[in-house]
Amino acid sequence: MRDVAIIGVGANPKWGELWGRSLRDIFVEAALAAMDDAGVDRIDSMYVGCMSSGLFAGQEHIGSLLADYLGQRHLPATRIETACASGGVAVKMAALEVASGHADVVLAGGVEKMTDVGGADATYALGTAADAEYECYHGATFPGLYAMIARAHMDRYGTTAEMLAQVAVKNHDNGALNPMAQYPFKITAERVLNSIMIADPLHILDCSPITDGAAAAVLCPLETAKKLTKKQPVKVAGFGQATDAIQLAQREDMTWLESTAQAAARAYEMAGVEAKDIDLFEVHDCFTIAELVVMESLGLVGKGEGGKATLEGRTARDGDIPVNASGGLKSKGHPVGATGVAQVMEVVKQLRGEAGDRQIKDAKRGLTQNMGGSGGSSVVHILEVA
Amino acid sequence: MAGIVGWGCHMPRHRVKVEEIAKVWGADAQAYKKGLNVQEKSVPAPDTDTITLSVTAARRAVARAGVDPAAIGACYVGSESHPYAVKPSGTTVAEVLGATPECRCADFEFACKAGTEAMTVALRLVDAGEVTYALGIGADTSQGAPGDALEYTASAGAAAFLMGADNLVAECEHTYSYMTDTADFWRREYQYYPQHAGRFTGEPAYFKHVLGCAKGILDKAGLKPEDFAYCVFHQPNGKFPATVAKKLGFKKEQWEQGLLCPLLGNTYSGSSPMGLTAILDVVKPGDRILHVSYGSGAGSDGFVFRCTDRIAEVQKLAPQTRELLEGERFYLQYGEYAKFRGKIIMNVKGA
Amino acid sequence: MPSASYTREIPQRYRLEAGKCSSCGKIYYPPRLVCVCGGRDFETVALSDTGKVVTYTIIRVGPSDFVEEVPYGLGIVEVDGGVRLMAQLVDVPLDDIKTGMPVRLEFRKIYQEGEAGIICYGHKAVPA
Ligand SMILES: [Zn+2]
Repeated sequence: MRDVAIIGVGANPKWGELWGRSLRDIFVEAALAAMDDAGVDRIDSMYVGCMSSGLFAGQEHIGSLLADYLGQRHLPATRIETACASGGVAVKMAALEVASGHADVVLAGGVEKMTDVGGADATYALGTAADAEYECYHGATFPGLYAMIARAHMDRYGTTAEMLAQVAVKNHDNGALNPMAQYPFKITAERVLNSIMIADPLHILDCSPITDGAAAAVLCPLETAKKLTKKQPVKVAGFGQATDAIQLAQREDMTWLESTAQAAARAYEMAGVEAKDIDLFEVHDCFTIAELVVMESLGLVGKGEGGKATLEGRTARDGDIPVNASGGLKSKGHPVGATGVAQVMEVVKQLRGEAGDRQIKDAKRGLTQNMGGSGGSSVVHILEVA
Repeated sequence: MAGIVGWGCHMPRHRVKVEEIAKVWGADAQAYKKGLNVQEKSVPAPDTDTITLSVTAARRAVARAGVDPAAIGACYVGSESHPYAVKPSGTTVAEVLGATPECRCADFEFACKAGTEAMTVALRLVDAGEVTYALGIGADTSQGAPGDALEYTASAGAAAFLMGADNLVAECEHTYSYMTDTADFWRREYQYYPQHAGRFTGEPAYFKHVLGCAKGILDKAGLKPEDFAYCVFHQPNGKFPATVAKKLGFKKEQWEQGLLCPLLGNTYSGSSPMGLTAILDVVKPGDRILHVSYGSGAGSDGFVFRCTDRIAEVQKLAPQTRELLEGERFYLQYGEYAKFRGKIIMNVKGA
Repeated sequence: MPSASYTREIPQRYRLEAGKCSSCGKIYYPPRLVCVCGGRDFETVALSDTGKVVTYTIIRVGPSDFVEEVPYGLGIVEVDGGVRLMAQLVDVPLDDIKTGMPVRLEFRKIYQEGEAGIICYGHKAVPA
């Protein structure tokens, strides 16, 4: 297997409610930005992470659609779906294709156009990432499922609403420095705690937003990367993916994400590193509680210690385990299928030293963790300066 | 003769008080409370309908009977609020219990008497040897037009009776029915609420049929009021059944146990059957019960039950009716009640 | 057209039927075709209708079929015997819902496919 590098990343310039832009518009903007960043005008293959273009936009078969609109008609193009982990898995599939030698220049994209439907329909569409017959049937929503994780975490570890709020505060502090963020402004814990309740104990400011957005990365063999681009190549040092019971009720431990733990174990082993060797983390904070449980499941802190670590500032940009320097899903936005690719984009920019005001000093190695459903799928990448 | 092997009752925990309704319509609450002898009524939440009420009541009946549900050969639900216009309520009840597929089923409808007709057919199917056990259920989530006198009483509840030939808790000694064509209360297709003929619903309708049925079954049985420990009559309000009982010569201690309307309202097809469950909860072996229903349109079904020794063993095997009636209740304001009952005009989905 | 998918789930939804692995005894709700132990023979068992709340939330923004129901309690109930399932928590003031609360599963309407479609039933948890 060949070593794989990422040589270009891009996104549509501003995430948010993009009333004037279609699914194909935002994807093509992101893909062109990544190809321009890499300095390539042809690709050999393409993977697109997308959770639910069918329910959000009435459009399936987007591999064909997007390859054509990208000016790459006849390209092998495949949509990847692992709920909100679709983007991360698209990157993994692209890396595998390059590593295998089957293709040389592969684009990994992610896209979600979410605002063409109303709030209740969006809630329903996202809900399909849960067990349709035994969770959604009873009126479960994603905020609701994570709220139940939060309640269990509070009951077991004494995690507080203030700790959850601090995740949002920290991520908005970071996102305020990210030009593409949907909500690039600071918030206070008081504002989080006084915002309306969506699913107790989660307030609306504990939740990531509904977002239109796309992101893309261009991958190629590490040995040819330097020929293709003048920029600092970033090596895909490790990746791992795992699943767990889709139903929260059937997990062994509702305060733990076994899919994340197992995906991370594979990635750490492949990269030959441990959590302590990593300089920054982009993790799936679809809800504030998710960031805490993910940190614990990645081994950044002990079980039940995520909230305390956050309150102590350890996860801030200048902390010892910087988490979500990009602003995370919370501030940057969460176009579900694009999120995993955008996490990779942030780490690439950080490793290249291109992260501007939110740059983590001397970042040499970063980790992304992207999650589907209430933890039914997880994918982890470890990237490092080549 | 066949009889009851198990009974069960169910009602919503939500209630609305007469005062709360009267306030909205500028009516005199005290006059209604006194005139109708009703204080409050049960209200079904949006997740509660005739099928769900019937299921829980039927499960309690089966729990008291202690029989294999597969041996239930018929399931009849009588109601004027079947959730579907076309598709039986009884199939769902039978399916939940595990009585399918060898089971007879059709829904009954006869204003407030549908439940007792279901009970009669269940009894007679057992008598005929057609089935081992048969369920007769009376249940409703009844509607009264906003502002109408019926709004103060129209309520929700269910009573279920598992009929069989052996292991009886109460033998059915006699049945009798008294019926004419009388247009006292009706609802046409596609109309939300029933209409009624005002005072015509009293003397020529309720009293004529209930008294006619009660006298008829007493004559047939050769029994007198003093032969009964308890009696229960259809309860469109708290006044009518007491008036009937007094006219027939029953004493208060015979009719008050089964009179649920003051706190429950009129559960239509569930009304007198639920009263019967409250009596079965407390009767002694050997006691006789007179039960007379009434359904507009109009007719009354009468039953004479005599309790067996087994009844004392099963009374506590499921929640008792007065526990449900007087237990924890949630009182609604009129707006919440209107929302629960679908009286608020909502946008059509997709519009 | 939800009739087919609705009808085939009836044993689980109406009678709480679960599958018990004949090899290792693990109980699955809903039933499965293969156990984690590799066993493929299952016995049909009915779950207990009583249990306790192990975690919960109050849904204040609901999906399309539940927008008129909000706010409603939703929880994971561990029924006697250890199997966990999701159910709405009803007939209890929202402020009184607590982890560990004893509950009983009661047959209720869960939602309906619009005013003209089929009515979907199942179980909700009420205070025991
Ligand atoms: Zn097994």
